[in-house]
Amino acid sequence: MHAIVIKNYQRIPFSAIPALPYELFVPVILEELMIDDSCHCVNYVGFPHNDKVQLICCIANDKQHTIYVTSTIVTLNATLPSLTAHKLAFHIFERELNEQFGIQYTDHPWLKPVRYSFNRSDLNKTIANYPFYSIESEELHEVGVGPIHAGIIEPGHFRFICNGEQILHLEIQLGYQHRGIESLFVEKKKILQRATLAENIAGDTVIGHASTFARVWESLCETAVSPALQLERTLALEHERIAIHTGDLSAMCTDLAYQLGSSVFGRLRTPIINYFQEWTGNRFAKGLIRPNKTNFTFTKELATRWHEVISKFEPDFIEMYDMLSDLPSALARMEKTGIVNKETAQTIGMVGMAARASGLTRDIRMSHPEGWTTISHQPVIKRHGDVFSRVQIRKEEALQSIQYIRQIIELLPDADKGITEEKDALPDSFVIGLTEGWRGEICHCAITDKTGNLQCYKIKDPSLHNWLALGLAVRNNEISDFPICNKSFDLSYCGNDL
Amino acid sequence: MFNNLKILHHQGKQFIPDVTKAEAAGIFRGRPVISKASVNTETLTELCPTSAITTNPVSIDLGRCTFCGECAIQFPEKIRFTKDYKLSSNTRNQLIIEEGIEQPITLDADKIRKEIRRLFHHSLKLRQISAGGDNSCEWELNAVGNVNFDIGRFGIEFVASPRHADGIVITGPITQSMAKPLELCYKAVPDPKIIILAGVDAISGGIFEESHALDRSFLVQYPIDLYVPGNPVHPLTFINGIIQLIGLES
Repeated sequence: MHAIVIKNYQRIPFSAIPALPYELFVPVILEELMIDDSCHCVNYVGFPHNDKVQLICCIANDKQHTIYVTSTIVTLNATLPSLTAHKLAFHIFERELNEQFGIQYTDHPWLKPVRYSFNRSDLNKTIANYPFYSIESEELHEVGVGPIHAGIIEPGHFRFICNGEQILHLEIQLGYQHRGIESLFVEKKKILQRATLAENIAGDTVIGHASTFARVWESLCETAVSPALQLERTLALEHERIAIHTGDLSAMCTDLAYQLGSSVFGRLRTPIINYFQEWTGNRFAKGLIRPNKTNFTFTKELATRWHEVISKFEPDFIEMYDMLSDLPSALARMEKTGIVNKETAQTIGMVGMAARASGLTRDIRMSHPEGWTTISHQPVIKRHGDVFSRVQIRKEEALQSIQYIRQIIELLPDADKGITEEKDALPDSFVIGLTEGWRGEICHCAITDKTGNLQCYKIKDPSLHNWLALGLAVRNNEISDFPICNKSFDLSYCGNDL
Repeated sequence: MFNNLKILHHQGKQFIPDVTKAEAAGIFRGRPVISKASVNTETLTELCPTSAITTNPVSIDLGRCTFCGECAIQFPEKIRFTKDYKLSSNTRNQLIIEEGIEQPITLDADKIRKEIRRLFHHSLKLRQISAGGDNSCEWELNAVGNVNFDIGRFGIEFVASPRHADGIVITGPITQSMAKPLELCYKAVPDPKIIILAGVDAISGGIFEESHALDRSFLVQYPIDLYVPGNPVHPLTFINGIIQLIGLES
């Protein structure tokens, strides 16, 4: 057997993961596990194994709702043929393995460091001395932006190569936000500390990351959580989606210089996040998600309040969106701008909302909903892959989430949603958890040692896949369209850098 | 045209008339109050994820507190979070709330540098620097300018360039990779200038305090004018902190 087949959030003994020789590992992944387009790599991580590295590859099969896990053991600083040469979507994982463990690839096109992690293998490679890609020509010019941007946003550096207004190439330099989160997960021993860390991976995806951690932890400990608690988390996840999609529509109107849309969507976001504060005491719902329990049970009164908030929100939201999508000057900026076609999306392994805007049916809520939701989900799909498609997706998904929450509130039982007993993590375990956050596929992997101590915690924010998409989307667009292209993806810097 | 007017009409009046007296929605966790009740202090201090709680006397350091509320949930007789969002101070000590003492957090007027109120009383331009922030503080700092909170009415504004700014607002625990850009940006702000730390991560490092990926040496070198606690900071906390600093609160 070349791979073990598991479900989302299923605990398996770590030793049950097959370890193949690297010569076999590569063809197994490419030919046996990735048989068609419904299979994609959800995580490919390195785990220190004595003085070697165990590379663990997780391939999700969206049709069969399963995840294949296989591995290989290689030496530190080994020189290997890459998977990227065959499937470009692996590029980011192999770049990370190169950065972390010094693994060299003979045929990888671009081994640029991913996040300049403090424990990288080559400390001589610093963010300050990185040689940017450049093109020699008297007709071209370079534009450098960041790491501190003009607005109130996170840091990153963008290096454009332009011919006049036209962007030929954009290189994105990240790593400024690297806080060493994955190491802290292992170093900090208290569950509350880890839950707090999970909430602070990306502040715009508090529920997405915290609930993934909670479920992974519950699986590691094999504690059963009540269906009611799971439904509450789903409810919170969908509410977070409404909040961020609305805020993003506001920000995109700002970048279009459409003041009315910017103000109205901005003010519409307020009651949504204030509702989180009513429920949890925090506008981003920090404090809500805890493994095995909740400190803020969703009550009947909260359900009534939610209906009140949404009944005011929904008509104004639709009215404003209709106005925006009817405005020729706005459409002229959004349509056919920043296109990523379906083929490119598939090739580079895009995920989430942005992938769906390019026609790729990729949604964990439909493909791997194990133990997560009882609602049958139909993803919103758009074909054009331009800025406007990503705007449309936001509106339709926000309205879809409202419908889901309506259903969830009906389903929520009055029964006890009480605390389950806190247990220790089981020894020698591996768990992979996938959640569809508002931005896309969130993936957490955990490994425990023989005594049940957490030994490795790997986090993957959907941004990790999609940053390359932004770089490709802006090619041949005007540099003045960069802000709306960037905002239409709204990728996470801190989620990428960790 | 008619549709535009209809949309405007449907917005109603959204602005908060008096940001110093507005009520925070729901069960907001603001300034905590610690009673004299005797509890198992060992369990209490052990509970806190960021070691914000210390004993003798029992106190909570809001510069380290992530406002998760776990202490108030487990020890309701000892700790209670009020809805008071005025949490900012210009001295680090003011952020430490001790048991049995229930009074608002204020700024020490004597310690505010003279030029701040003289020059920035009617106009303050700020440059925000996200130095490892998780983007929630950034969202909230954007929100202080929206139609609800409208910090612009006080002559306070976020600007794009440090050259146009009177000071910087730092969010995040300051990562190694951001240490240099932060310093460059600060040096690009003309004198006199101020530094504001927004959020638990900036003030103490928060949950990232012990991370090896940080470089917080900037904070040792330069004077801090305002600490704004929160995870993330609430727009009302931020606005009230600033208007107290520049002397606008009546």
